[in-house]
Parts: sequence; C-alpha cells; structure tokens
Amino acid sequence: MGKLMFVDRCWVCLPRRVMLSSDAPHASMLQSVTLSSANKNKQDFPMLSRKDMSLGAPLARGRAALATLTTVSLLALSSAAAMAQDYDPQAVVNIGSLYEPQNLDNTQGAGQGINEAFNGNVYEGLFVLTDDGDVEPKLVEGYEISEDGLTYTFTLKDGVTFHSGEVMTSADVKSSIERVTAENSASSRKKTLSVIDSIGTPDDKTVVVTLSAPSISLPYNLSYVWIVNDDAGDISASEDGTGPYTLQEWRRGSALAMVPFEGYWGEEPSNGGVMFQYFTDATAQNNALLTGAVDIITSVQSPDALSMFTDNPDFTVSEGASTTKELMAYNDRVAPFDNVEVRAALSRAVDKQKLLQAIWGDYGTLIGSFVPPTDPWYVDLNDVNAYDPESAKEMLAEAGYPDGFSFTLDTPDYDPHPVVAQFLQNELAKVDVDVKINIITANEWYTKIYKAHDFDATLQEHVNHRDIVFYGNPGFYWGYDNPEVTRLITESESAHSMEEQTEMLTEANKIIAEDAASMWLYLYPQIVVSTSNVSGYPLNGLNSQFFVSDIQKAD
Amino acid sequence: MVRYMLRRLVILLLSLFIAAVVLFVLLRLLPGDPANALVGVGATPEQIAAAQAQLGSDQPLSLQFLTYLGDLARFDLGNSFVSRSSVLDEISRRLSVTLPLTLASFVLALVIAIPFGILAAVKADRWYGLLLSVISQIGIAVPVFWLGILLVYEFSLNLRLLPSGGFPLRGYADPGRAIESMVLPVLTIAIVMSASLMRYVRAATLEVLGSDFLRTARALGESHTGALMRHGLRNAAVPVVSVLGIELSTTFLGAVVVEQVFSLPGMGSMLLLGIQQRDYPNIQGVLIVSTLLVLLTGFLADILQRVLDPRLRKEAR
Repeated sequence: MGKLMFVDRCWVCLPRRVMLSSDAPHASMLQSVTLSSANKNKQDFPMLSRKDMSLGAPLARGRAALATLTTVSLLALSSAAAMAQDYDPQAVVNIGSLYEPQNLDNTQGAGQGINEAFNGNVYEGLFVLTDDGDVEPKLVEGYEISEDGLTYTFTLKDGVTFHSGEVMTSADVKSSIERVTAENSASSRKKTLSVIDSIGTPDDKTVVVTLSAPSISLPYNLSYVWIVNDDAGDISASEDGTGPYTLQEWRRGSALAMVPFEGYWGEEPSNGGVMFQYFTDATAQNNALLTGAVDIITSVQSPDALSMFTDNPDFTVSEGASTTKELMAYNDRVAPFDNVEVRAALSRAVDKQKLLQAIWGDYGTLIGSFVPPTDPWYVDLNDVNAYDPESAKEMLAEAGYPDGFSFTLDTPDYDPHPVVAQFLQNELAKVDVDVKINIITANEWYTKIYKAHDFDATLQEHVNHRDIVFYGNPGFYWGYDNPEVTRLITESESAHSMEEQTEMLTEANKIIAEDAASMWLYLYPQIVVSTSNVSGYPLNGLNSQFFVSDIQKAD
Repeated sequence: MVRYMLRRLVILLLSLFIAAVVLFVLLRLLPGDPANALVGVGATPEQIAAAQAQLGSDQPLSLQFLTYLGDLARFDLGNSFVSRSSVLDEISRRLSVTLPLTLASFVLALVIAIPFGILAAVKADRWYGLLLSVISQIGIAVPVFWLGILLVYEFSLNLRLLPSGGFPLRGYADPGRAIESMVLPVLTIAIVMSASLMRYVRAATLEVLGSDFLRTARALGESHTGALMRHGLRNAAVPVVSVLGIELSTTFLGAVVVEQVFSLPGMGSMLLLGIQQRDYPNIQGVLIVSTLLVLLTGFLADILQRVLDPRLRKEAR
C-alpha cells in the first residue's frame, strides 16, 4: 500500500524521563513509539485553552492578537508606534523543550525537535498545516489541478528571499521536493510523495508537479516539505530557509537560538527572537519554568507536575487536543479477536472515562475511535460500543464465550502502558475475561508484534495526524481487514475534492468504530505551560510544530 | 622511576587494547544490526543492504575488527549515525563540560574532606569529632541525584540564587553564566564525594596517630602537631591517594546522573542519548574515551603514590 503514510526512521522516539514533583514516588521512563514519521505528532489543536475559558476563546484571542499585530506594524510604517504596546517587541522568548533536534536536516533523521524549532519559523513550505489542522497556502500564490487530478500547477509568491539573500525560484522548490524523495532521504513523507512522477519548472515562478496517480493529500504532504535554497548544500548544521527567523546559534545538548530575519516577506515577528532550551529531564524543565529561566514549556508529559502551575497566578496552563491515541490493538487475525462481536463486547466492558481520569485527571479526551478532532474526518463516536458491562456479557455469550476466555496482553514496559494493562485486567475480569499481562521492551514490541505479528493483543500509543489510513492496510500489525474500509481509504486519495475525501474517510471512521477494530482508550491531552506574561503561542502544534512568530512577551 | 613509568604505560596501553576488544565484542553481541537502526522501520532490504555497506557491517567480522583497531589507532571514532557529525568533535565539546565538572568537584571535595577528616581523627574523642564522623556517614548514604534535587529546590526554587539546570548557549564565552550553571552540580558531587573521602582521611590519620614513628618523633622532642605535619601527613597521604584515583574515576562516570539532573550537555548525557538511539559510534566513542580517562587517572595515582612514598619506588626497581 504505497499510499499509506508509513515510513519511519525513528519508531522509538526519545525516551522522556519523567521525574515528578515532591509527591511523586520516583522517576520513571516514558518512551513513546511513533508509528510513522520521524516526527512525533504529539499534539493538536485548541479545543479549549485555560481551563476556565470557554471553547473557542483561544481562537478568538489568537485572531485578536493577529489583528493587533497587523495594526501595530501598520502604525510602525507611518509613525513611531503611538499606540501603547502591552508587550515588548524586542523581548527574547525562552522555550523549554525535551526534544532536541539530532541535526538540522529534516530529511536526515533529525527527530521531532527539528519540526518544533524550524517548521514555519526558519523554513516554510508551499503549504502550511495550521495549528487548527487546516492546510493553507504559504509560499504559493495559487495553484490549479488538472481535470484528471494528475497535474498540479503552482504559482509561487513574489518577493520571497532566502536568509542568504537569494530569491526563491521554481528551481529551489524542485530541488527541495527532490531532497525529500531522494534515495538517501529519511523523511517521513518520502513514501507519500513518491506518487510524484516529475517536476517541471517552465519559468521562475511556476512549478508543475505531475503525479502517477491522483493524490488529494498532495498539498497536505507538501506542508511537510521545507523549501530550501538549492545552493545551500549540506544543511545538517546550518540553514537557508525563507522563514521569519534565522538560526543564530545552536549548541548541541543545550540550546538553539534564532533571531528575526530582516528580509522576511510576511509579517514581522512580535518578539525579538526565541531560544529553545533543551532538557533531558522533565523535572529540570519544570524547574526552569518555575525559576523564570524559560517562559514556555512545549509539552507537559506528566499530570502530576501540573499541580505546581495550575494554582499559581504566575503561570498559564493551556490544553489542546493532541493526536496521540492510547489503544489496545487486538490481533484481528486470530481467534477470538477475529470475531467482531467479541471485540465489541470487550469495548463495552471497559470504562474508559474512569481510566482517563485515573491517568490524566481532568485532562485528555475520549473520542471513541482512532480519529482525533483535528483530522477533517473526525466524528464523535463515543456512543458506539459505549460502556455497558451487562450487554458485554451477553454479547460474549452469543459469540460462544459464555464463560469468557483468556488472552495475553503484550505491554510495553514504559508509562502509561503497565498501568493501563492493570486497569484493563481488572475491568475485563468483571466479564470473566482473563488478561495475562506480558511486559515487553520497545525493541521486543517491534520484532514480536510490529514485524512478526505474533501476539493476541497489545498496548500502544499512536501519535500521528491523519493516521486512520493504517486501518486500510490489512498487512498492518493489527491485521484489520475490512474490504470496504480498505476501498474507502484507498479511493479517498483519488477523490476529486477535499469534501469527497472527508466524506469517504468519515465513513471509514464510522465502520472501524462499529467493527471495534481496536479498543481506543483515550486521546492524550496536549498541555503547554507558560509564565502569565507570555501569550500568542500555538496550543497544539500538529506534527510537533511550534510557530513562535506570534508569541508576545510583556515586561 | 622512569622504568616503572614505562612499564606502567605499557600496562595502560594493553588495558586499553583489551577494553577496546571487549567493547567490540559486546557491541556486536547486541541483538540487531546497526544498519537496521540506521534506516529504521519500513526500510526495504535494498536500503538495509546499502546501509550495511555504508557501515561496513556486511564485511567479515575479522576484517571489521582490523578496521576498527586501525581507526582507533588513528583516533578516528567515526561519525554519529544520528547527527552525522564527528564523534570525536562531539566528545571534545562534551568533555569541556564533564572534565571541569569532575575536576572542580574533586578539588572541592578534597578541600572539604582533608581538613575535616584529619580533625575528625585527631579529635575523635571530642563531641565535634564524633559529629563529623556521623555527618560523613550520612553523606555516604545520600544518593547523588537526591542531593541534586534538594539543592535545586533550595538554591534555585526557593532562594532563586542559581539556575536549576542547563548550560549557556555560548558556553564558556559567557563565563558568568557558565560558572553559575556549574555551581550546583559541582556542589552536589563534591558533597557526596567528600563524605566518603573524609572517612578515608580519618581512617588513615587514625592509623598514623597510633603508629610507632609518630611516637618516636614525639619522644625525640617534636610537638604533637609538628610531628603530625612533618611525618603524619605524608604517610597518611599514601593510602588516600590510591583511593583518590578510584574516586576520581567513579566521579567521572557518576557524572552521568548529575548531568541528567541538571540537564548539562556532558559525556554522560551523550552516552545515555547514544544508547537510547542505538547510535553505536557515539556509544563506542564515549566508552573508549571514558576508559582511557579512567586508566590515565589510575596511572597518575600510581605515579603520585611513588612520589610520595620512596619505599614503593624501591620495590618497583
């Protein structure tokens, strides 16, 4: 299945060591396995921000900030800013992160950290995946799709220059796309972009991309492709992009600083630069925020650490919906999990709300399926096979297991899986299903489950945006095989419009929920904490992005 | 003495060679081909083969071993799989954090341990001598990371005097902040280290105090303090120096934990990251350099012992 978004270099992302605050028992290792892309899509779009805010408020705030920004720059053009500014445009914003890039080239296995630091900040694509999951034009002025969906003609924006001073041309775009599809590329988008047959550059402002098969996701996939100056050479330790910031300095193991680019074609940043400070330990990162050494931390991995910030007026805690889904994947090839009724029964036997509450407290979301709210094909499917232990028992009896059965749950040895496994063991025991917990390492998971498909059921977190496509691949580790879903997912890529694509994938989403293809437990929260004088940061950062240009820091 | 040094140097090189062999074998015993780690999930067999060719892991083991030794002899540690940059460059950058951290902690530990250790021995019968012994016992029981967290809690979070972690972007070009960021890590290591050193100093001093030569010196009319200073110190130093060598090596290796607690970009964090990412060149490089440093420390401790104690020099001849 060439279309499935699935090539990965780094399936085990950096373990994040989570050491908790004083009341926590001890340090634990938390690793996350990502099932595509070197980028862990850890997060998502603003469902709600501060807990006391109503839904939608952050969006309004974001727009207001943008409006202010526009006004400010207009005023600055005519006269010295007469308007009182409630932030300091020269202030440097310090950002704490656990994801240091390994190098500076996103096609060379640099990890999610490079997307966080560079996407939209140092480099831009032809399109941008916005914080709320929309795909919008960035470096393209406009584009046309041919009738057969096989030819895309992009017109580039005028006046875009690289940090080195060179003007962006179609040749740069061609070479940038080819960097991603090149043989030695480790990009997560390599496979999806292999549908590109040829790239033509009839003139400096026009790029013609010809496909071997229609691909409605092309603009989306192109949002992952940095436009790099074709004369830049090796960019594993330097950069030459078109973004609002240029790299100032990077000290491995410690920090990465960038300053506004004077010749930027778009809106001027509303801060005087940013510095990403990298931590190997979550406690050290939290301490840095507490002591004012950093202004924002990009993701909080442990709910226990939050108590330090939630009741403190000096800090703002914001929650967005992530794309990271915790699930129990059955091996749908083997009995009894090849039986839809059994899978549905187990889904009904587990109180997911209780599990989420136990692990994340008031954070996180239940989605009832594999599709998070930032995917265009999201629908709330919590009512499908909802918690109902009575009917679960009946269904098991109908399926031929009146006395229940027993299975082995292969459980990765890092948080939160062991806790989740115990919870499932308790819940399923109530319907006479006996769960044997088998703790395995991430490495074993990869060989035993992912490669060899040798398992009954397993726990895993899947981090990607738009990854429902895995259910259209019967060869995937969980072996879900419903020809209708496979058809819908395959054909959705050749859809004539986004609406059509969305319709087909929504349908697929509903079917997998009815089929209880896996047991989707919950969606992780995406939590950003900042000091209260800082605003305008993205709450969710799909694809690990963290756009810094609109961040404002008051004195 | 020169002959001893030469012999000792040969032993050092031999040890390094053995360590290199062990390392080679151990890394090859690990399950999985590094080529798999390099290309990752979803790679085609052709991509894996290409990666193997690039890494040389398709060569026969004996040839790989010779290449490895040859590279080591030229001190070529290769390039990281992940960052693609030179391992040796990265190590030297990391050493610029780890070495000052270790050495400063070591010196501070000596400054604390020697006077207090002697005091604890000389005044063993007084209440404060006893108190010092008790404190050093407690110090030994304290885990390094716990002390680090405690210091951060007090000096960073409560008093806001020092940064809780990290290292400045410009490194030592920003000397004020670089030193600031080293204070708590150095204190952490030094306190724990001085506790155990104090016990050695105390034990060695006690032994000297009860020795015949000291009694003889006193009988010949020297004052207690004078005798202790002239004859005692040097005699007590010999066993302490051999312990110091071991302590220094342990500190160097133990810096892994402290670097983690304080998010310092040192060798320890490089090793941990290398292991997490299965970045074999990095792991191999860090381990070789660490081994070399530990062996060198032992070498220097041995030489110093002979400088201090002429009797050992005679035996050595």
